[in-house]
Amino acid sequence: MASKKKQTTPTDDFSARGAPSPPTQKVFIQRDYSEGTQVRFQPKFPSELEGKIEREKFEYTLNTLNEVYAEAEKMSCSSCCEGCFACLTAYLLYCCSDTHFEKCLKKVAKFIIEQNERVYVPRGLLIIDPVERGLRVIEICIFSDNPASTPARNN
Amino acid sequence: MPHATRKWEVYPGRNRFCCEGRIMMAKQVGIFYVTVGLIVATSCTFFIFDCPFLAVKITPAIPAVGGLLFTFVLATLFRTSFSDPGVIPRATPDEAADIEKQIEVPNSPNSPTYRPPPRTKEVVVCGQVVKLKFCFTCKIFRPPRASHCSICDNCVDGFDHHCPWIGNCVGRRNYRYFYSFIVSLAFMCVFIFACAVTHLVLLTRDDKPFVDAIKESPASVLVAIICFFSVWSVLGLAGFHTYLTTSNQTTNEDIKGSFTGKRGQEKINPYSKGGVCANCLFILCGPMPPSFIDRRGFVTPEHSVVPSSELVQAPCATSFASVQGNSEVRILNNGKGHVTVSVSNSTSRKQAQLGSHQETKCPEVDPVVSLQPLSTLSASSLQLLHERTMINTDLDLDSLDESASSNPCHLHLESASITSSQTGLLHPLVPRYNDL
Repeated sequence: MASKKKQTTPTDDFSARGAPSPPTQKVFIQRDYSEGTQVRFQPKFPSELEGKIEREKFEYTLNTLNEVYAEAEKMSCSSCCEGCFACLTAYLLYCCSDTHFEKCLKKVAKFIIEQNERVYVPRGLLIIDPVERGLRVIEICIFSDNPASTPARNN
Repeated sequence: MPHATRKWEVYPGRNRFCCEGRIMMAKQVGIFYVTVGLIVATSCTFFIFDCPFLAVKITPAIPAVGGLLFTFVLATLFRTSFSDPGVIPRATPDEAADIEKQIEVPNSPNSPTYRPPPRTKEVVVCGQVVKLKFCFTCKIFRPPRASHCSICDNCVDGFDHHCPWIGNCVGRRNYRYFYSFIVSLAFMCVFIFACAVTHLVLLTRDDKPFVDAIKESPASVLVAIICFFSVWSVLGLAGFHTYLTTSNQTTNEDIKGSFTGKRGQEKINPYSKGGVCANCLFILCGPMPPSFIDRRGFVTPEHSVVPSSELVQAPCATSFASVQGNSEVRILNNGKGHVTVSVSNSTSRKQAQLGSHQETKCPEVDPVVSLQPLSTLSASSLQLLHERTMINTDLDLDSLDESASSNPCHLHLESASITSSQTGLLHPLVPRYNDL
């Protein structure tokens, strides 16, 4: 089974756009366990991002991510049926198709790429997909040089 | 074409990988082979010696049901044994540094009695206060219900227990397979036992003595005995895990009494979904996250670590420093002019031990695997070593050799300048070696 992930990390992608390679600072958004063990990140605006991004844009990103993760872990009829059917097939079903959770993680990945392109990269920031950190943290890289002036951007 | 290293090849935990990283198990799998052998041998004996008789005398459904149960048992066993139980990836160096910054260390790092404080963090989960412990190996605050398996050297989400019979941990990702395995195995044990006994009873028809029945079908007796002794433990285990599933607890939590307060008062389980059916549905059919350790992904410069196979050890004259992140540097001198600098992914639990002990003798190490001069370390290993530790790898071997007999541990620190590029994790340890 070939690896479904790209070989390069988002940091490498950022470098390909002509930005300085190492980030000067990293901010980590921790998990919020107040409602249980389901995946949810603290929507608190980090002080390190003051002046770098508008609070509303950051909150929109966080809230959307939390919504998609909540959908991934929701005990809906379809996910229960999927689990029951998988059990009846001795879990061979999981070898043939993505689970509901994996489909939601792909949605998250697309959303993060889109947010990086439209919102974060122009402001000298980069969000690392939390799945690359085991869904422990959302890592936001802060770059000292604003790559908005580089000619590599297509937007 | 140079070999592209996959992440499973440099994985820091104590696991065994097969089929190019597709299969993940614990290092010790001897008992797993016993499990498979016992199930396959007993089932095959049943199919060969009991099924033909019973299919004719009673119904052909017996071998069909037996076959289905056997397939289900093996499928769930292999699924449990070969899958990632929910290993939580270790923290990146930046993440670990960020956590360190947030934690205040009251003691002075240079104090001779420096001991890293026990690190816990309290969070509120569904109105209940839960303590999250800091894992010194993985450099993370373990999420609720996660625990560090000392056998596999991994933090596992929803850790239940490490099962030597399946050769793997049981955690959030493979608990449903494990539960299916033990329940189906219990059914199969009872089924085979009943069939074997029925076979013997049918043979004693027409006033035949039981001894003759045994002589006619000794395999049935063997199968019945194996199933009889197995069924008590398997059925008991299945019953115990049914209780755990209905109350949404793990074996780990049950043993620790996490939800049993003092004087028999019960604490509320904040993870319970409210009812027996809801808990069962959630655990057995609920959403399951994918594996986060990306074992078949390729190693990028950001994630490059030296494989632990490059660690070489000598039985004496060792001293070691430790760097933050996943690597541990060992500087070894075998007293024969060979100085080996190796970087491995040994557990950083040793870092905490070093912080609390004033050892002057070198720790016990495994028997010598091989001695490797510096020059044979690969270019990528040397590059990584230089970047992570700033150690000057052009050590003067002759000057080291002269003083090796007197105090090899002390000597290495004088000749190698060791700094940590990112955190102060190393600093509390470096001065200690001057005391040796």
